[in-house]
Amino acid sequence: MTEPVQINASTATLARTSVFKRILKNPMGLFAIAVLSIMILVAIFAGWIAPFGENTANIGKTLAGADSVNLLGTDSAGRDTFSRLVFGAQTTLLSALLCAAVAISIGLPAGLIAGYYSGPFDSAANWVVNVLMALPGIIVLLTIRAAFGPSVWISMIAFGILISPGYFRLTRTAVQSVRNELYVDAARVSGLSDSRIITRHIFSVVRAPIIIQTAIVCGVAISIQSGLEFLGLGDPTVATWGVMLSEGFKNVYLTPTLLLWPALAIGLAVGSLVLLGNAVRDALEDREKVTVSKRNDPPTVALQMQRGPRKRTASVEVGTEKHLVKVSHLAIGYPQANGTLKPVVNDVSFTVDRGEVLGIVGESGSGKSQTAFSILGLLPPEARIISGSIQFDGEYTVAPGEDIVNQSRLSELRGKRISYIPQEPMSNLDPAYTIGSQLVAPMVKVLGISKAEAKKRALKLLSDVGIVDPARTFGAYPHEVSGGMAQRVLIAGAISCEPDLIIADEPTTALDVTVQAEVLDLIRDLQKRLGVGVILVTHNFGVVADLCDRVVVMQAGRLVEGGEVREILGTPQDPYTITLLDSMLENKTPMTMLVSQGGTKS
Amino acid sequence: MTDAARGDLLVVDDLIVEYPGKGFRAKPFRALTDVSIRIGQGETLGLVGESGSGKTTLGRAVLGLAPVTGGRITFEGEDISHASRKQRQKLSRDLQVVFQDPYTSLNPAMEIGEILAEPLTIQGIGPAESKARIKELLDHVNLPSDALHRQPREFSGGQRQRVAIARALALSPKLIVCDEPVSALDLTTQARVLDLFLQIQQDTGVSYLFVSHDLDVVRHISHRVAVMYHGEIVEQGPASQVTVAPQHPYTQRLLLASPVPDPDRQEVRRANRRRLLDEQKNPDLVAAAGS
Amino acid sequence: MVTFILKRIGSGLVVLAAISCLTFFLLYFSSTNIARNILGEYATPEQVAAKQAELGLDQPIFSRFLAWVAEALTGNFGTSWFTNESVVQAISNRLPVTLALVVTSIVIIAILSTLIGVAAAVKRGWIDRAVQIAAVIGDAIPNFVLAIVFVTIFAIQLGFFPATSSIQPGADGGAWVASLTLPVIALVISGLTSGAQQVRSAVIKQLEKDYVRTLRSRGISEGVILFKHVLRSAAPAGLTVLSLQFIGMLGGVVIIEQIFALPGMGALAVQSTTLGDTPLVMGVVLYTVIIVILVNLLVDLANGWLNPKVRVS
Repeated sequence: MTEPVQINASTATLARTSVFKRILKNPMGLFAIAVLSIMILVAIFAGWIAPFGENTANIGKTLAGADSVNLLGTDSAGRDTFSRLVFGAQTTLLSALLCAAVAISIGLPAGLIAGYYSGPFDSAANWVVNVLMALPGIIVLLTIRAAFGPSVWISMIAFGILISPGYFRLTRTAVQSVRNELYVDAARVSGLSDSRIITRHIFSVVRAPIIIQTAIVCGVAISIQSGLEFLGLGDPTVATWGVMLSEGFKNVYLTPTLLLWPALAIGLAVGSLVLLGNAVRDALEDREKVTVSKRNDPPTVALQMQRGPRKRTASVEVGTEKHLVKVSHLAIGYPQANGTLKPVVNDVSFTVDRGEVLGIVGESGSGKSQTAFSILGLLPPEARIISGSIQFDGEYTVAPGEDIVNQSRLSELRGKRISYIPQEPMSNLDPAYTIGSQLVAPMVKVLGISKAEAKKRALKLLSDVGIVDPARTFGAYPHEVSGGMAQRVLIAGAISCEPDLIIADEPTTALDVTVQAEVLDLIRDLQKRLGVGVILVTHNFGVVADLCDRVVVMQAGRLVEGGEVREILGTPQDPYTITLLDSMLENKTPMTMLVSQGGTKS
Repeated sequence: MTDAARGDLLVVDDLIVEYPGKGFRAKPFRALTDVSIRIGQGETLGLVGESGSGKTTLGRAVLGLAPVTGGRITFEGEDISHASRKQRQKLSRDLQVVFQDPYTSLNPAMEIGEILAEPLTIQGIGPAESKARIKELLDHVNLPSDALHRQPREFSGGQRQRVAIARALALSPKLIVCDEPVSALDLTTQARVLDLFLQIQQDTGVSYLFVSHDLDVVRHISHRVAVMYHGEIVEQGPASQVTVAPQHPYTQRLLLASPVPDPDRQEVRRANRRRLLDEQKNPDLVAAAGS
Repeated sequence: MVTFILKRIGSGLVVLAAISCLTFFLLYFSSTNIARNILGEYATPEQVAAKQAELGLDQPIFSRFLAWVAEALTGNFGTSWFTNESVVQAISNRLPVTLALVVTSIVIIAILSTLIGVAAAVKRGWIDRAVQIAAVIGDAIPNFVLAIVFVTIFAIQLGFFPATSSIQPGADGGAWVASLTLPVIALVISGLTSGAQQVRSAVIKQLEKDYVRTLRSRGISEGVILFKHVLRSAAPAGLTVLSLQFIGMLGGVVIIEQIFALPGMGALAVQSTTLGDTPLVMGVVLYTVIIVILVNLLVDLANGWLNPKVRVS
């Protein structure tokens, strides 16, 4: 079972605060919006704000410093720098918008159509995109300027076309990821027309990325345009920041401040647009985050836990060293934003002896996998041991009072004495390396044998786990074998260094039933033959009955019941165990209600 | 017309589904070969098979989501093998779907109310009437009426599946294609959702095409069962027969592969399964022993 | 493998043809007064007509294009209309400067962003936050603005570097280093911030994969997991970013070269397009596009080598 995020319906209504409010709450977003709003206002009311016309020259007063008439001084033609800066905002912002508008109006529809229908239009559009992306942008713009004259607008339309692939790819990818979503299928079954499906279900997905992309594109447009004008290729009759920059650079030895103001304006505008894009992205991601952390909260405990004085690894209680694994009163928690730890495992105790198979049974969110990973020392780094201890073969791996698993102690054991069989066979093999090399490397490292020796052992192991052609599988890449075969490979890896304990996390859940039966047979045979202890994490009582000697049942982080497998499955005491067993379909009268009168919650 | 006369709601005859191969002039991939099923009014046909067996494809073909290369799909006597979007729109009153994954089958950007209103709006039902109907639906699937203005992510898997079932029920369909509707759910949640399916059938007389990989689930909910293997139906018949005393070797293997929650009975089943596998591997030996 | 390369080269040639065609026809609009521009104001109409005929401008556009293609296929890209220098000669004088600038920058960016990105992904904490903030700032400042600031401060005000390049044909290594240091730093800073950010997120994405946990459970050390497994899987994302940066830089150096007065392809591009020097512009565009296509091919090959799944299909 993948563990789905369980969200309690009554706690999550807070999630939908408006994205815009979040952007304003973010200091970067607030700054960006403030700067951009001021710039837009200045641009709109340029005629009123600027004391002089953009080209009004005072030949008698060139390259002057700041004074009460010319707030920021004048340029080499005696034009007022402040006025030109104000008019420059107009042209610069409008041209950036034009560029983005052109790019969107080409890229968005093309991306929607290509993504939704694929087929020949998609191939053609992709070809055009490849051509556009191979074009050296600025050189094309230079050519276009040479052909059509130094108009800001023409070059920005051209640049809009040149960067439309950005929108195209963004939209196409988003649409492709949604096109096969089940809710789109459901809409098709309802007979919704393609255009309604696109506007209703698909457009909402691309909206946010488009806004972010537009902020970034406007920034790029401003810097490209300023760059072109800086080269001296702008329209000299129109005041823009780029033209001013170029003018300033010519006089950099005489009046460096002429360079400062337009550079500052460009930097502020581009910077604000980038910040805005980031703030929008953060606001959208934040919204996701809030809802995820809003699980049905059990009471949280304060982060400051009782913590014993640090000392050398304590020795375990006398008489318990005979157990292979002993977990005592274990509690695991994750830090929350408010500084508390939220427990996911609470006061769990059990033991496993050599050659014994213990099942940990529970539904999603029961903490069964967390418990197993704490024994392996493979909890996520932010996880904390709140209380309790874990000992392996007579020594603590988590001593009482320690709040994280001691990695140096466990790295001695992992792979060598404790090994792991994961749930999902395919994602647990590195796709970039052959199966053989992934089996050989741990043996070379852990057992200290040569590569040739390790290869010989790996081939033997592969045949031991029932693979018919070991040599071929040895040389294959993970994507070249089936799921069942990959799981056999992972089992071979788990036993390769002759461990004392195997932790198997839902080892058959991802497999077909017939393959599951074969893999269960394999695990049983190997366990008997090697006399290894096994902790089997599962949600399936059938698997427990098939393999386990003893079983513990977990619910919401707590251990509700434990004992011999016949005892628990035959005469369960705890009401939760009884409910679970009652939910099994095997041996029930078909077509009858399982839960009396149907519950109201699920 | 003879099919309709016999009261069959859905008739699939010799259905072939082929997906175009990837790349230029590639060989098409055949997902279904000569599949024939029929479902009567108020009847549940369970469709069981392993991953890649084509069971999901069959459900999708009935819904118009998979390309029909050959054969015929008839619904209430009308050929719907190649129904247009317009015909589908009309058909959607009677033919609905519940998908496996309750996390992706509901649009995360829409409120529950909007999701449930969508099929009603398409059929031209006014806002007042559809609002009343949605209230009724939420009640029917045991969801609180304040769910209307919430978004799917605020609900657990089981609750989302209830929303999906309510959406399917909105137009009071005659047949619902259920594609692994309980596979992503926890055991106790699965039990409650199965109860809901049974309850709805009792109340409304709807038929189900119930696709699942789990023989136990299919046995529990179906009147009749069809077993799929490599794109073909290998066995079909009453649930009590197919899921208890199957004839086809694959179904026999399937039945004995599923472990039972009792160590002693499981040991017996394991032994039986071993014996069956040996028999199937050496049929001559068995035949010789039998004679 | 060979078929893959041949296919890619084939499609590259088609792209090349499309772009030359497009550029040639665009240039047509700017070449109407070319003869007059070359000869100056005082030329007689007869001289102008003669010059037009000499350049082939009296021919219809299609036959001019075909003639150009026929010549180009033999490796002859003609001579500049204005300087009479051969196009190949002009470009081979300028290309090394641009390539030195761009390749040096990309190599430095690749190395530094890998180091910083991996450190940020593994250590998290302050270095991670610093990388993320730097990425935003780096995106926010256009690299030519940064270059202008550098020139103003380090070359003009402080005099640490020459403000104008001393690279000439036959100049020694010292001149190259002195002239290229500042522009390379300007390019590296703006590329590094986003590069490191991309490497960081690619590495984090890989570290969260299931197989990393399984490798840990097998007793493989963190270093091996990071450098042998994680980095290899994260590399395609990094390579893609680098190739995009490379292509962006090929265009962006036009401005950078102008600021630092470097005699590279950028300066040639500005000069030739401003004058409407068709043969030279065509040469510049073709060389740039060929480099872009080669870089993309290399990146695809590298990704195929890194990811066996891509290799098969």
